[in-house]
Amino acid sequence: MTHVPVLELQQLSHVYVNEKGASLAVEKIELSVSRGEFISLVGPSGCGKTTVLSLLAGLFLPTKGQVLLNGKRVTHPTSKVGYMLQQDYLFPWRTIRDNAAIGLEISGRKTEKALEDVDRLLTELGLPGSGHRYPYELSGGMRQRVALARTLATEPEVLLLDEPFSALDLHIKLQLEDLVFQTLKRLGKTAVLVTHDLAEAAAMSDRVIVLGRNPGHIRCELEMPEDIRLATPMVARKLPGFQDIFERLWAELDAVDDEGGGTGG
Amino acid sequence: MDERKRLVKPESIEHEIASVSGIQEDRLDWMNELHVRFKQRKRRLTAAVGTTQTLLLLLFAGLWEAAGRNDWIDPLLFSYPSKLFKQLWKTMADGSIWPHVGMTVTETIVGFVLGTLLGTAIAAMLWWFPFLSRVFDPYLVVLNSMPKVALGPIFIVGLGPGFMSIVVITLSVTVIITTLNIYNRFREIDSGYIKVVRLFGASRSQLFRLVILPGSFPVIISTLKVNVGLAWIGVIVGEFLVAKLGLGYLIIYGFQVFNFTLVLSSLIVIAAVATVMYQFVGVLERRLTAGWRER
Repeated sequence: MTHVPVLELQQLSHVYVNEKGASLAVEKIELSVSRGEFISLVGPSGCGKTTVLSLLAGLFLPTKGQVLLNGKRVTHPTSKVGYMLQQDYLFPWRTIRDNAAIGLEISGRKTEKALEDVDRLLTELGLPGSGHRYPYELSGGMRQRVALARTLATEPEVLLLDEPFSALDLHIKLQLEDLVFQTLKRLGKTAVLVTHDLAEAAAMSDRVIVLGRNPGHIRCELEMPEDIRLATPMVARKLPGFQDIFERLWAELDAVDDEGGGTGG
Repeated sequence: MDERKRLVKPESIEHEIASVSGIQEDRLDWMNELHVRFKQRKRRLTAAVGTTQTLLLLLFAGLWEAAGRNDWIDPLLFSYPSKLFKQLWKTMADGSIWPHVGMTVTETIVGFVLGTLLGTAIAAMLWWFPFLSRVFDPYLVVLNSMPKVALGPIFIVGLGPGFMSIVVITLSVTVIITTLNIYNRFREIDSGYIKVVRLFGASRSQLFRLVILPGSFPVIISTLKVNVGLAWIGVIVGEFLVAKLGLGYLIIYGFQVFNFTLVLSSLIVIAAVATVMYQFVGVLERRLTAGWRER
């Protein structure tokens, strides 16, 4: 792994303003992600995980500070950053192939060749020959695979994963974790995963960032040991050091709960 | 209508059950038999519904005929079926009814197509410029609750007695409610879908074309169905007020010369044409939302 930062968050603060007033969602987030690195953000609800992800995607501008992608400021969504949501949000009126190709269509790159690549991608993700079908014909796990194909089709450098497995059954979830992990490693993508599931964070990432709340801030970072980093999530869960890591993360989150107890976010 | 759709559905399941593979012969036979019996039961039910519907219609027509002929009801006022059909047959044979039908159908189709297009266009504009939608919101609500046909005389004076003012009266009935329905749908599109295309850097027009509009097709179609009925109201009222040609004109003329057979036979023609238009919208619906979801 080379240590060139792809993503840099510099003194990132964001304030949401509405009729009721202004609330500070995250404050002074300072983070850098290297090329090919997989990091996870974990923390209690209200710690600003999704805010950080939206800022990374350029959905809105931070109130203070900046996000840099390859040294350039992120001001609006680009096809260099892919985003996978908790639900698949496949368009029911489009076929699977057209759903997977929507990013290409939006950026004006929907050519015959690009569509062949989409078909190949669908096959690689375990959906051979289903391009002409409609979303209602697929199960939840298959739909989330299509959503992954849709995100990868525009060939982003960085993937933002916003709890993409949390709506799935445990069995399907573990399968998809492995699939996403292997696909991203093979393509050499950089990824930021937001999750509630500590085991998922530990099994998939190179580094886990624990966030505290009121306002959201980085509480601590945990580097995963070499063997867990290299193993696929399914294997990593069974490694001897895994339980230890899990318990340390658990302790950190408990500490966050004690501090911010009751006030919520 | 909906009832029938649901009853037809089992036929489409046929191949799914038949294609279950890897099952032993005897089990397959047994399952096929279950399926055949299931289909038979459904078919019998469909037939029973159709028969009952026909019987009801015949019973109603028969009672009406008997009541009219035996003077249980005033035949001058209520007429009776055979008299109606004699009247219709006569006017169809000598061709005198076709200009009326043609005129009214043209007005209705123009009214409801323009009404739906215009309503959708205004809704799109309100969606595009949220400022406009806030400004016009109270006006739209008031306009919607106002009986717009009352504006008829103004349109007639302004646009002259004829085709134009009848179409405008029809539009006044259809446009506002279309705008409100479709605009509300535009706003109800799940924000997750909007996020998906925004994350790919979609422009506002791409967002509209790829998400907002196709996501609203079902509502646009159902508005189209409502508009078929509303357009008929607009057209008939318009013809009551000004026309020298059309089914509405025939109704008001029949009323003035106390020829209720003419009034009722015109109503039957309207019912027939409205049914055809409704079926046409149904075909359009299947076209626009083909493959969308399980039927």
